Amino acid sequence: MPTDAYLVLEDGSVYQGESFGATATAYGEVVFNTSMTGYQEILTDPSYAGQIVVATYPLIGNYGVNATDVESRRVQAAGYVVRQVAAYPSHVASTGAIHDYLAAQGVPGISQIDTRAVTRRLRSQGAMMGCITTEMTPQEALARLAQAPRYVDLDHVSLVSTKEKYSWKNGAESRDISKNSGIMVAVTDCGLKLSILRNLRRRGCSVTVVPATATTEEVLALKPQGVVFSPGPGDPAMLSYAIRTVEGLIGKAPIMGICLGHQLLARAFGASTYKLKFGHHGGNHPVQDLATGKVYITAQNHGFAVDAATLPQGLEVSHLNLNDGTVEGIRHQRLPVMGIQFHSEAAPGPLDNEYLFDRFLSMIKEGV
Amino acid sequence: MTTTPPVTKVLIIGSGPIIIGQAAEFDYAGSQACRSLREEGITTVLVNSNPATIMTDQGIADVVYIEPLTVEVLERIIAQERPQGILPTLGGQTGLNLAVDLADAGVLDKYNVRLLGTPLETIRKAEDRELFRQLLLTLGEPVPASQTVKTVAEAREAALRIGFPLVVRPSFTLGGTGGGVARTWGQLDQVVHDGLAASPIQQVLVEEYLEGWKELEYEVMRDGADNCITICVMENFDPMGVHTGDSIVTAPSQTLTDKEYQMLRSASLRIIRALGVEGGCNIQFALAPHPWAAPHLYKGGNLPSPSYYVIEVNPRVSRSSALASKATGYPIARVAAKIAIGKRLDQIANAVTGKTLAAFEPAIDYVVTKIPRWPFDKFPTADRRLGVQMKATGEVMAIDRVFEASLQKAVRSLELGGRSLLWEDPKWNLGEEASLDQLPLRANDLRLWALMAALRRGFSIQELSGRTGIDPWFLSGLQNIVDMERRLLSEPLSPRLLRQAKRMGFSDEQVATLADRLPDQVRNLRKEWGLRPVYKTVDTCAAEFEAQTPYFYSAYEQENEAPPLPGPKAVVIGSGPIRIGQGIEFDYCSVHAAWALQEEGTASIIVNSNPETVSTDFDTSNRLYFEPLDDESLLDILENEGMNADGSPGQPPPSVVQFGGQTAINLSQSLARYGMPIMGSSAQAIDIASDRHKFEDFLARLGIPQPPGATVTSVEEGLNVAQGISYPVLVRPSYVLGGRAMEIVQNATELIHYLTSAVEVGHGKPVLIDKYMEGREVEVDAICDEEQVLIPGIMEHIERAGVHSGDSMSIYPGLTLSEAEVKTLVEYATRISLGLGMKGLINIQFIIMGGEKYRDPATYRESHPQQAGDSTVYVIEANPRASRTVPFLSKVTGVPMVRIATKVVLGRSLKEQGYAGGLWPYNGVVGVKAPVFSMSKLAGVDTYLGPEMKSTGEVMGVDDSFRPAVAKALLASNLSLPKRGAVLVSIADKDKPESMLLMRAFAQAGYRLYATEGTAAMIQALGLEVTMTPRRLDEGHPNMVDVINDGLVQAVVNTVGQATATLRDGFEIRRAAAERRIPCFTSLDTARAAVESLLHGDGGAYQVLPSDAYLRMGRRT
Repeated sequence: MPTDAYLVLEDGSVYQGESFGATATAYGEVVFNTSMTGYQEILTDPSYAGQIVVATYPLIGNYGVNATDVESRRVQAAGYVVRQVAAYPSHVASTGAIHDYLAAQGVPGISQIDTRAVTRRLRSQGAMMGCITTEMTPQEALARLAQAPRYVDLDHVSLVSTKEKYSWKNGAESRDISKNSGIMVAVTDCGLKLSILRNLRRRGCSVTVVPATATTEEVLALKPQGVVFSPGPGDPAMLSYAIRTVEGLIGKAPIMGICLGHQLLARAFGASTYKLKFGHHGGNHPVQDLATGKVYITAQNHGFAVDAATLPQGLEVSHLNLNDGTVEGIRHQRLPVMGIQFHSEAAPGPLDNEYLFDRFLSMIKEGV
Repeated sequence: MTTTPPVTKVLIIGSGPIIIGQAAEFDYAGSQACRSLREEGITTVLVNSNPATIMTDQGIADVVYIEPLTVEVLERIIAQERPQGILPTLGGQTGLNLAVDLADAGVLDKYNVRLLGTPLETIRKAEDRELFRQLLLTLGEPVPASQTVKTVAEAREAALRIGFPLVVRPSFTLGGTGGGVARTWGQLDQVVHDGLAASPIQQVLVEEYLEGWKELEYEVMRDGADNCITICVMENFDPMGVHTGDSIVTAPSQTLTDKEYQMLRSASLRIIRALGVEGGCNIQFALAPHPWAAPHLYKGGNLPSPSYYVIEVNPRVSRSSALASKATGYPIARVAAKIAIGKRLDQIANAVTGKTLAAFEPAIDYVVTKIPRWPFDKFPTADRRLGVQMKATGEVMAIDRVFEASLQKAVRSLELGGRSLLWEDPKWNLGEEASLDQLPLRANDLRLWALMAALRRGFSIQELSGRTGIDPWFLSGLQNIVDMERRLLSEPLSPRLLRQAKRMGFSDEQVATLADRLPDQVRNLRKEWGLRPVYKTVDTCAAEFEAQTPYFYSAYEQENEAPPLPGPKAVVIGSGPIRIGQGIEFDYCSVHAAWALQEEGTASIIVNSNPETVSTDFDTSNRLYFEPLDDESLLDILENEGMNADGSPGQPPPSVVQFGGQTAINLSQSLARYGMPIMGSSAQAIDIASDRHKFEDFLARLGIPQPPGATVTSVEEGLNVAQGISYPVLVRPSYVLGGRAMEIVQNATELIHYLTSAVEVGHGKPVLIDKYMEGREVEVDAICDEEQVLIPGIMEHIERAGVHSGDSMSIYPGLTLSEAEVKTLVEYATRISLGLGMKGLINIQFIIMGGEKYRDPATYRESHPQQAGDSTVYVIEANPRASRTVPFLSKVTGVPMVRIATKVVLGRSLKEQGYAGGLWPYNGVVGVKAPVFSMSKLAGVDTYLGPEMKSTGEVMGVDDSFRPAVAKALLASNLSLPKRGAVLVSIADKDKPESMLLMRAFAQAGYRLYATEGTAAMIQALGLEVTMTPRRLDEGHPNMVDVINDGLVQAVVNTVGQATATLRDGFEIRRAAAERRIPCFTSLDTARAAVESLLHGDGGAYQVLPSDAYLRMGRRT
């Protein structure tokens, strides 16, 4: 018999369901993700640190979990809210069920939830704090929730970033940071997804990852030909150390900012960022490349956005979200910097945007 | 660069009659496209031969042609209308083929017409197996290995190269006849040997058999600026080997990792780009299956490589895209039409959200299940195995939050006489020691139930996956259902258990069966425990944006998104899946009813389960509930709509049941029982008209003649009645549609057989026995407002009684009826309608006995102006609802019957609407409706026409006189005879005298005659030349079947006598004709119409005009 569990939102809404994964209590900002595939990639995406993820697709765990569909070393989301969990996953690559996967990593999930109702609440009220619990009554949970640290007040990046620099060799981390052949790219890990490293390696780059706290000097010491600022969780405004590093690198090395990295880039140029009502989390957002007019379907996962009105002279919007007109990309008229709010590395999501890594590499080669 | 003129006028080709593989989805697509283009200021010209379509109504396109879909007709339309563009991608394979033919005939160049949407080269590439293969190889996309061979030795070489298992497909045979699977050298020799013999050109294709591979479909869109998106991914429950139209399908994909999903998505985009399609495209893939489903692929521990293959591409809107549209809410046809005229995806609004754009990919937050509806209940002798040839006539779709519930709801939607997943066929003889071999686990229509039976008996998922190739995930869904069955059987019914069962899609009836209660008791328990479904929105975006669409499905969840619609409203009950006997006509009626309600300020709510239809387009009505059409879901919907603001039960809205065919009419009795209001004819009036016994009494009271007969409930009773009225007799169960299980019985032996085997009399299902009268058959549709009866027209059948009305050619007006007969018909129809208390539509069928044996519709009226009535009119049945002929009659008379009837139902009298009672004045138009069959797709089905309906669709020929109208109807239904040729005749003894005229007519037309022995003797006696062919297939060559197969004849006339041996022999000829796709006339009347048409050479003299122009012409003097 499954254990009863509750999802309690800070506005007082209560949803009763069944516990899966770890039997524990988790707090976090509750956000919904509309992807229909790729739950393992989502759960292991460090950008979900501090967040409880609601899957809008009702059936989760159908194909189990496996060794390859991971985007970081562990499950990063604080909790998982779903309609139905597959008890018996079916896939040749499956090494186990999602229940055991979450249980082993101490992350609680709750199933049998009207996830559409939760999603509609988040859509209308905005992302909010919430809690999954098997241990408390909803009233107790609500009281505890009021005292729990708020998502936006924490520096999640420092919690998920690597402490040591490493190189990405043969599909794994390596402490040997001697350069491979190919273009040397330094990646600042603000909550890195491994698919970014895989994409760069596939394109023949020599990839070294540095902590989010790395200074300009530390990055430059690697003699990188290009620097990528990775996606990551939370409010970019809190990351003054990383913004300083970007500032120092502008003009010294071509920079690609992805998601949080893109927001850091904008802030380094003096632009501001703001919190979206419920963010963009999914694999179906249309983005228009303003240079060509072409539309790309993108993978997205962000709760903050760059304010177009605050972009300084020289920095311009390169991509727009067709759904809500928010900034999806920036570029500089003279300097070799590019920022994209969406995930060119996909994982999960459409592979339409991997060409942006090529664009970054040609920017490195051509200097613009 | 040449500048192309802007497109301001576009010709849209419809898909013609409904046939297996091409159903109502193209009416949906075409109607949507017309509206979409008109929004853009484009003048639309539409052509289709199928009158039972919304697209051919006035007001959908700017100009509508209801004409045969031939190159000649289309050229005339193009010459008249001079469109700049032609849109062929919305009319199914018919539209696409016609576009290619027009291009090949030079018509497009001659009139400078551009092909919109998909380039000609692309159509050719996608259609030609070899060109397509080359293109995919160039793109680096994997395709299954194959080779065409002409000898066993060549096949062995191919096998050596490709490897086993192999599928062998003989070239140019239908339905995979003569093909098979080879796993060993011995089998290969055998199958290739047989296949070569079966192929008319002694050639077979040896292809890698992707047994057990997953089958997936991607619906993709591309615009002229090369923006590409995927709309929907569908995963088949049935693995490779079953036609996707015959597969159970889910959306979105269920067992694919994101990497797999994206790998195939990227491949889809590469393919649509390479093909240059501007619009929608459907791409089918095979993906490496789970090791349990195909252990042979994983021998040696390696993964299959490549992991996927491209199977097929449809560079057009398809059945799957209609399903994808309904499954996601994304209107594919609407967007494809706009793309075809040059719009970009980011310039088209998303109609669902009203805020976002068409350039996005729908996110689904529910599970969609489609199950095909097969005609095997109508054709018990048909081969039920499913394979590469599609056999389903229609399909149902269901939406719920989990697979188990979605599947069970879809099963309920099939309307298989209450057959839930609990059903097991007694023929399986499953005892304690059941073996899997007793179950039909190979692909067939009963496999789903067989799998359930196997799981109930403890067979493992792994074992069943290995047997069927079905992914374990789907089987574990079935296992979950079986586990819940066990709990319901063993545990006390608690609120928690009942809620869990409802969340898995168990109906009240299923719960009742398992928990040993009555369905009403379960319903009451649900009320007591506060368990009722809520309604969720289909919004394309998984609730990310607020939706404007009123498109709902039920789920046992927390939040209801469908508060009752405010103001006056009514529920239109739809007609469910398309099946033989209940086709697109009823969807046509439902749609018009919804529109008429809106015109009167009453909000329309449609309930239906068929994804292929216009009625389930979310903007047809004010609100759409995509739900099964059964008591439970209807009552839940009505209660939801009747809820007070505080959630307490209030007044449910009325239901309109007369437009959704027998499905909706059948629901009237239970709605009445639950006290739900019905608009229009009362449940009681419906019951009198539908219950034969009550109707007999009713007619007797009115003094209206009816064929003698009675209702019986036992074999003894039946034999007595039949003897009393004398054989032949017509037998059928009460409450029927499409003449289901109706037969003409010649003697007591046949009657006993019928009563014991065919209908299982005694199960509380009465059987009707009527005197069979071989008279002229006439039918009338009428609208009654309880005061007056408007009869828009009288239709007569070309075939005499005995052929089901749905399979008859039907003429408007009744050209061979005397004035006295017309007067009687009108009088009877009026008295019956008023006497029953009809409010709305009624259909009445008559037989006229007496008078001349044959009357020529082309000349009768002129030659017999004052014919006195020496005949008797009998009433054979009344249907208290809209009938199959309503769209046809509405179109030939210009009387909008459904609209008028709906307003009558709302309480506006005919008079208030400006109509008088009586027969609508004749306007000079002659319309001929002809049935269309799908016989070539259904191996094992006898094409002989009788009282059981067999046709799947219809066409209409309309002109200002009979001959051109019938010529067009014959042309459009493929019954037209070529100008010269030969015919094979085999006539039953009873028909020989009457057939002499026909033989002379064939000879006069210059036809050579082939005949069987007896018929040949008769022909010789007439002094005509004839080639005699052996009847029996083992009496040497060329026998009758050879004559057909060798292409020596262009038509067959074959009537059936009483001897069952003749029936069997004739069967082979009729099947051969069906597979050769040449006309096969089993009624002398139809044959006569065809040969008369040929003799009068009216083929070239018909007009090609917009349909309303015929109505304006008035009577030609």
